[in-house]
Amino acid sequence: MSEQPTTMSMADKIITATPTPVAARIRGLSDKGIAWIFVGPTIVLLLAINIFPLIWTIYLSFTNYAANRSGPVKGVGIRNYERILNDADIWTAMQATAHFVIWTIAIETVLGFALAYLIDKKFKGHGFWTTILLLPMMLSPAVVGNFWKFLYEPQIGLFNYAISFLTGMDRTSFQMLGEVSLAPWSIVIVDVWMWTPYVMLICLAGLRSIPDYIYEAAEVDRASPWRQFVSITLPMSMPFIMLAVLFRGIENFKMFDLINLLTSGGPGSTTEVASITLKRAAFESWRTGYSSAFAIILFVTVFGLANIYVKALNKVKQR
Amino acid sequence: MSGLSTAHSVVEPGATSKRVAGALVIAYALITLIPLLWIGLTSFKTPPDSIAYPPKLMFSPSIEGYCNLFSTRTRQTPEYIAALPPPSSECDRVVRSRNMVIAGPSNVIPRFTNSIIIAFGSTFLAVFLGTLAAYAFSRFRIPLKDDLLFFILSTRMMPPIAVAIPIYLMYREIGLSDTRLGMILLYTAVNVSLAVWLLKGFIDEIPREYEEAAMIDGYTRLQAFYKIVLPQATTGIAATAIFCLIFAWNEYAFAVLLTSGEAQTMPPFIPFIIGEGGQDWPAVASATTLFVIPIVVFTVLLRKHLLRGITFGAVRK
Repeated sequence: MSEQPTTMSMADKIITATPTPVAARIRGLSDKGIAWIFVGPTIVLLLAINIFPLIWTIYLSFTNYAANRSGPVKGVGIRNYERILNDADIWTAMQATAHFVIWTIAIETVLGFALAYLIDKKFKGHGFWTTILLLPMMLSPAVVGNFWKFLYEPQIGLFNYAISFLTGMDRTSFQMLGEVSLAPWSIVIVDVWMWTPYVMLICLAGLRSIPDYIYEAAEVDRASPWRQFVSITLPMSMPFIMLAVLFRGIENFKMFDLINLLTSGGPGSTTEVASITLKRAAFESWRTGYSSAFAIILFVTVFGLANIYVKALNKVKQR
Repeated sequence: MSGLSTAHSVVEPGATSKRVAGALVIAYALITLIPLLWIGLTSFKTPPDSIAYPPKLMFSPSIEGYCNLFSTRTRQTPEYIAALPPPSSECDRVVRSRNMVIAGPSNVIPRFTNSIIIAFGSTFLAVFLGTLAAYAFSRFRIPLKDDLLFFILSTRMMPPIAVAIPIYLMYREIGLSDTRLGMILLYTAVNVSLAVWLLKGFIDEIPREYEEAAMIDGYTRLQAFYKIVLPQATTGIAATAIFCLIFAWNEYAFAVLLTSGEAQTMPPFIPFIIGEGGQDWPAVASATTLFVIPIVVFTVLLRKHLLRGITFGAVRK
């Protein structure tokens, strides 16, 4: 990375730069004016693309509107919400979502922290290998989902081949994406492959934020390595771990892309997480009113989580 | 306690533990790389090689996947092909050996073009708007500043499908369905939140004294922003732009729901590259390889700023 100009050259620049006399006379806009002109367009864009549609969704959630047919739109009060909360399919979807979120986060946190801990030993070449490790999370979920589908092919896929090679099982005796018992795990595996580096990177920042003198003091006090890990390393990197967990929690709660590509919710509805249910209701059955209500419920949940997330961000920032 | 006897810092791990840590991390990294390398290899296989069992590690490389990716083909009789003039390119030759002829270009070039235009267009807009807003948030007293910043961040947290429903209806009303402009505006809105948060962090790090000194010398606020702050923020702006570019380049959920032809980008297109009798894996792998290469380059360029990018600027080291 290129270095920024040093303070010295900057100061020189300021001293030697001679502002035009015209500009000196016209003081220009007031700070307050500039502030609004600078912030305004962003706010307007977000209002147009995010908030206006959100309000529209709230309105639609109280109607029986269907986007694929014209006709009078009827208000139905809170019936859509009632129906969702009593819909067995929605609760199945929430269970599938919970399975996905809990397992991905548990595995990614353990694996991510372990990797960060090892990288923090600063072995030779750790910078290079860290960059390599980070590649999966930078890829498009579209290509990741698609090429994992290739790896999971029972007849020709590398994954089935590797499993049969290692365990001696017949490679065609199991279908990762086609079996009710395996499909929920196959999506967990892909998410772990893709997103463990994310957790690792944040944990690594946490580990590096712990000042050396604390460990030095612990050494002087003859604290065992295990004791140091439990009383220094873990608690001091905890805010960072929480940040990673929360962010992955939010992202995986609304997970759509990977699962849509891998299983589209199947087989049956085994991997039909909330976003897939929502997409099916909105863009396949065209129950726009009903799906709007579900969208609002999901949005409120994510908004609540996001609130906690921002608090966690600020906590990390203060360090 | 062995550390105490050495001259350097007591927290420096021993040589053995370093070696073990390195071996474990490298092993994990290599396993992680297998799927990626496999796709790269598959892009140079012939369709029969790509579905061979056991999976082929050694094979004679072929550009058939890339040929199939960029062309549409029709099946012909061997007599017809024998009567044709000699093949004009390597692709011609490869395709004819399968009893087919190239009928025309495939959709991949328009899809790539869409990806490039939409990614660059939305990145430019998001970084432009984001820089202005970030400067204002960094330097001025704005009423309800924290609430506004939270609002800006929270828009990015919305589930994409929940946003896609009303956007789909709204775009249908105003004629932006399946247009590049529609996708650019949508991606700008998603990216601007990241841009504001990231750039605010970068601009916060530039000492206010620079501008204040310049303003004492007679610069207006705008001149100080333009001539002092912007040049100082170049690295931050570049890093932010790359993050926005990667997001727009990779985005799948909105693209698959809101585009179908005219404005379709690569992510929803790649999974539907099919040949005769099912998915043409070498062609899919070629598309994936070409699509992923820029991302690998960007990741290497960004490595120092990745942490910042994925935490919206909160964690800086």
